[in-house]
Amino acid sequence: MSNWVQGVLSTHAQGLLTYSRRAEVLASNLANADTPGYKARDVDFRAALGAARDGAQVRTNPRHMAAGVGGSGAALLYRYPQQPSLDGNTVEAPIEQAAFADNAMRYQASLRFLDGSVKGLLLAIKGE
Amino acid sequence: MSLFGLLEVSGSALSAQSVRLNTISSNLANAESASGSPDGAYKALQPIFSSVMGSGFGGGPGASSLVKVQVDQVVESDRLPRQEYAPHHPLADEEGYVYYGNVNAVEEMANMISASRSYQNNVEVMNTSKQLLIQTLSLGR
Repeated sequence: MSNWVQGVLSTHAQGLLTYSRRAEVLASNLANADTPGYKARDVDFRAALGAARDGAQVRTNPRHMAAGVGGSGAALLYRYPQQPSLDGNTVEAPIEQAAFADNAMRYQASLRFLDGSVKGLLLAIKGE
Repeated sequence: MSLFGLLEVSGSALSAQSVRLNTISSNLANAESASGSPDGAYKALQPIFSSVMGSGFGGGPGASSLVKVQVDQVVESDRLPRQEYAPHHPLADEEGYVYYGNVNAVEEMANMISASRSYQNNVEVMNTSKQLLIQTLSLGR
């Protein structure tokens, strides 16, 4: 039973953690838009998702070590700038803004799904 | 919940940008401050930003992806002061010259627009993360 509950909730919970980590990285990029020499970074989302999924699958024994939660172990990659500035900064504000908005929408979508699952579970428990 | 750290990062950027706006307003305010000697003339100020890496930078489990901004130092411009021939000015030196601050108003205005845009960007980031946090906290209600 608890495994089933975990199965329902875990996918989007992992998603939320990954998205919030990406939000951190993108906010750091935007915050450092005027810092000389700062290199913009981003999470490799495919790798992060893969790490989160494989981490959930591979752990067959409770004594196995837990994999990084929400793909926090996924490496941060540096962005290729289209127009690097003279001071060595590679943050391009419009690209970061778009990525941040996209990430926020995905976070909200995951949140909505998770909310639906929680409400469904509560309904099943109460049986009203 | 890591979205709280996001507010911290944007907050550090807001504070750094407001220091930048403060130096710009000081520069513009003192653009016409006169002095009797080149050394006494106002020197334009400019903040230098640097990033503060979170602990465990560079990947690996538990590594922080938060990078805050701080004002590393505020430097004075080493450009020569603006020299004007005004023999009747009360502050004029024996050759009749008055010295004004080395402020370039056009540069400062462009700098101000850039600073205010960056400030707005970070305010937007804070608003968005605040909304996401509120929605997350009301999960299942």
